[in-house]
Amino acid sequence: MRVNFTVNGRPQEADDVWEGESLLYVLRERMGLPGSKNACEQGECGSCTVRLDGVPVCSCLVAAGQAEGREIVTVEGLADYAKHREGAHPGTGCGSSGCGTSLDDAKRWQSKPTDGRSGETRELSPIQQAFIDAGAVQCGFCTPGLLVAADELLEQNDSPSDADIREALSGNLCRCTGYEKILDAVRLAAARQEETV
Amino acid sequence: MGVTGSPTNIQQRSKTKGGIGESTLRPDGTLKVTGEFAYSSDMWHEDMLWGFTLRSTTAHAEIKSIDVSEALATSGVYSVLTYDDLPTEMKNYGLEIQDTPVLAHGKVRHHGEPVAIVAADHPETARRAAAKIKIEYVELPVITDEASATGPDALLIHEGRDDHHIGHVPHPNIVHRQPVIRGDADEAAKRADIIVSGDYVFGMQDQAFLGPESGLAVPAEDGGVDLYVATQWLHSDLRQIAPVLGLPEDKVRMTLSGVGGAFGGREDLSMQIHACLLALRTGKPVKIVYNRFESFFGHVHRHPAKLHYEHGVTKDGKLTHMKCRIVLDGGAYASASPAVVGNAASLAVGPYVIEDVDIEAVALYTNNPPCGAMRGFGAVQACFAYEAQMDKLAAKLDMDPVEFRQLNAMEQGTLLPTGQACDSPAPVAELLRLVKSRPLPPEQQWLSAGEDADVRALPGGLSNTTHGEGVVRGVGYAVGLKNVGFSEGFDDYSTARVRMEIINGEPVATVHTAMAEVGQGGVTVHAQIVRTELGVNQVTIHPADTQVGSAGSTSASRQTYMTGGAVKNTAEAVREKVLEIGRAKLGTYHPAWATAELLLEGGKVVTDGGEVLADLVDVLEDEAVDLELEWRHRPTVAFDLVTGQGDGHVQYSFAAHRAVVEVDTELGLVKVIELAVAQDVGKALNPLSVVGQIQGGTTQGLGVAVMEEIIVDPKTARVRNPSFTDYLIPTILDTPTIPVDVLELADEHAPYGLRGIGEAPTLSSTPAVLAAIRNATGLELNRTPVRPEHLTAT
Ligand code: FES
Ligand code: FES
Repeated sequence: MRVNFTVNGRPQEADDVWEGESLLYVLRERMGLPGSKNACEQGECGSCTVRLDGVPVCSCLVAAGQAEGREIVTVEGLADYAKHREGAHPGTGCGSSGCGTSLDDAKRWQSKPTDGRSGETRELSPIQQAFIDAGAVQCGFCTPGLLVAADELLEQNDSPSDADIREALSGNLCRCTGYEKILDAVRLAAARQEETV
Repeated sequence: MGVTGSPTNIQQRSKTKGGIGESTLRPDGTLKVTGEFAYSSDMWHEDMLWGFTLRSTTAHAEIKSIDVSEALATSGVYSVLTYDDLPTEMKNYGLEIQDTPVLAHGKVRHHGEPVAIVAADHPETARRAAAKIKIEYVELPVITDEASATGPDALLIHEGRDDHHIGHVPHPNIVHRQPVIRGDADEAAKRADIIVSGDYVFGMQDQAFLGPESGLAVPAEDGGVDLYVATQWLHSDLRQIAPVLGLPEDKVRMTLSGVGGAFGGREDLSMQIHACLLALRTGKPVKIVYNRFESFFGHVHRHPAKLHYEHGVTKDGKLTHMKCRIVLDGGAYASASPAVVGNAASLAVGPYVIEDVDIEAVALYTNNPPCGAMRGFGAVQACFAYEAQMDKLAAKLDMDPVEFRQLNAMEQGTLLPTGQACDSPAPVAELLRLVKSRPLPPEQQWLSAGEDADVRALPGGLSNTTHGEGVVRGVGYAVGLKNVGFSEGFDDYSTARVRMEIINGEPVATVHTAMAEVGQGGVTVHAQIVRTELGVNQVTIHPADTQVGSAGSTSASRQTYMTGGAVKNTAEAVREKVLEIGRAKLGTYHPAWATAELLLEGGKVVTDGGEVLADLVDVLEDEAVDLELEWRHRPTVAFDLVTGQGDGHVQYSFAAHRAVVEVDTELGLVKVIELAVAQDVGKALNPLSVVGQIQGGTTQGLGVAVMEEIIVDPKTARVRNPSFTDYLIPTILDTPTIPVDVLELADEHAPYGLRGIGEAPTLSSTPAVLAAIRNATGLELNRTPVRPEHLTAT
């Protein structure tokens, strides 16, 4: 079957989709957007979290056909989405060729000394930057799902309590960090958000 | 500052930023938060096929026949391979003992063993085709414990074993046995006023890394294959893969792709050979990605253990002796079992001074799932038991459990039961003091918000099982001892290549190692080390691959020590080379070139007094300095197979925990309120990462204390819970705040004085939580994980 939907602000269509394919599979394997992760494909870990018409969902549990005509935001489009949060048109994130990974992606990592900011000069959403700054990223496999969930939390609640953060992120497993630095990251993003308002 | 005669301008000395000791941020952080970081399951190639593995549904059986014809006839299927299709006589692999079949032949020995592999154009096609493979099994009785493994009529799991351990084990179903005997425990027991013994059970834990086993094999024109894969040790994989494929090692080129956690679970091969076989057979790139169900079968687990301990003390609280027997279940294949046995035996006494000990550790072959490396590696199980013993002893003596431990704590210079002296700081008493002196979290926090109980803060959480009635609090302590690095005479080395050159008018260094970055932050630390040693700002981390010498495994808390040490050592050699070039070119301009101790800092050559002699740009111009060196730690020896004596370990690391728990005694639910930890790291090269590692390790220990266990049916040896629905790992709601105290007492034998940190926090976290639950409930609790029924006595 053919599925039409909007991904990170761009209309997309996927052909020859099997009935049983999940939205996660279509995003990762057909759209070239592997940012959403495939840690359990059982709806248990939250690594595949994307926003479907604004609502965070486990994309591994969404049949691709259910996404017909709907708007999806993945971690690849998060910075843009956050930027255009107030506007009507969530940006022009990656298209099917703009990002994603192929074989020549055995990337070299440029490591720069940091004074609070790291990596290439790229525009990141506040929550993305906070995850880097707080040391909330280790292996990073849980990170995309956590970012999408945390970004939605901050959209709903600009100064969440620790209990709110724990509740909102309780569907996202992380095996590396012990969560303490993830809490730090969300607190940091919330605090920075407050500063700029 | 004196006047220099160098041709460059006189400049102020500028410190290089981002060196060791700073909380520099991850170089791969931006890629990881934008979703662009290429994990092994993200690899993609035009025209690629998908591989799938058919696994045994039974734990022990003879294979009568395998019929793949229907699977092969399925449209979209390119290849179906079984044991008969393996290209060479080498049909097994293994870390230490080559006893693991690439694909089952003759027999299957555990539930989930790979039997056949399929390549198809869609993962679902491959899965459906695999389901059409017909296997005829003749079931055999299953061996699941020591009694059935070593009983008089026990079937042999591996008939005709011929590995080098076989001569030293009492039964062929024992993989390895290591006694450690020192002094005379029986004689010393006579001095004891109180003797305490106990039997303990440690459940089977899973690494449960989030990134599934996966990779992409691409056939090459020269008949070789390129493999992009998530692993912990590229060269160890290569050494096992190439002979099975019948290829020389230089025709199997491996590149590390993004690793989503490891914790020991990627030390053994999983899909590596399967993907290569399918790629070579079909001539097309083949990707294999395990789903979570397969992942539970695709890697080895932490050894479940049964432990019997006996300790004696005098009235004034001094330990007299210790006897113990540790039985580890290694499952169907050896994996790292022999080394786990060595660790369990040599660390069985924990961080205490006991001169007379009688220790025996064994690992069994059974039909249970294979067990091998997991964070803490044999020391975890022992720590669970000896720490429970310490509490029992303290209680009998009516002493404070922390004071009792401090009274018997080892220190620098203490002889361990192996006869090895601990020749670096051993701040056991101090770590306990640190966690004990933290203020306790307030009682009944669920009430502090207002009159209504905030159920989220109670055991059971949002399921609203209690409003505080029947909730009791307990506090518990534990401390542990872990070795760092590979022990027992293993030639443990690491290789680093460091290059320095001028690019766009700036000095740039490149670090190339085969170190597997599995999330621990090695790539961050390498850049810090190079900045410190070479004084350059720009550092590029080359992808890890087999084009450079081995870095050894990312395990045993060894990578910062070993590959960090190799990077340091190579960078120092590069610095010497650069200074040589400088002397030759510019030496005549200033006498300090010949006489002073010279350093590289902020892109310049400076004297130790801070005088700038030259810019690196002028020293190097268009020359590049490029060196690749191997680096070793001081040698160790194998433990004596009869007495366990020998200087077998490189370094020790120590951590202590204090757990505060609340238990709903009606429903048996536990909430861990706080898990404070103190650890000595020797030198924190990156404090932010150090704390992250300590918190992560602590959480894995918490998991096995209260929820994590792979449940194997004792009658059939089938795994009952291979999913994240049924194998529970801690969520953010299960994990408390984890305050961390870091000590930095340098180990003079280690690079920068550092101590491996990854594993120690996993040891004491579990027994601390158990101690707190015992303290809250008064129950004995000799098994982990604790389940509700253990707390409600139903
Ligand atoms: S991959 Fe979707 S919830 Fe785990
Ligand atoms: S799972 Fe590795 S960082 Fe969260």
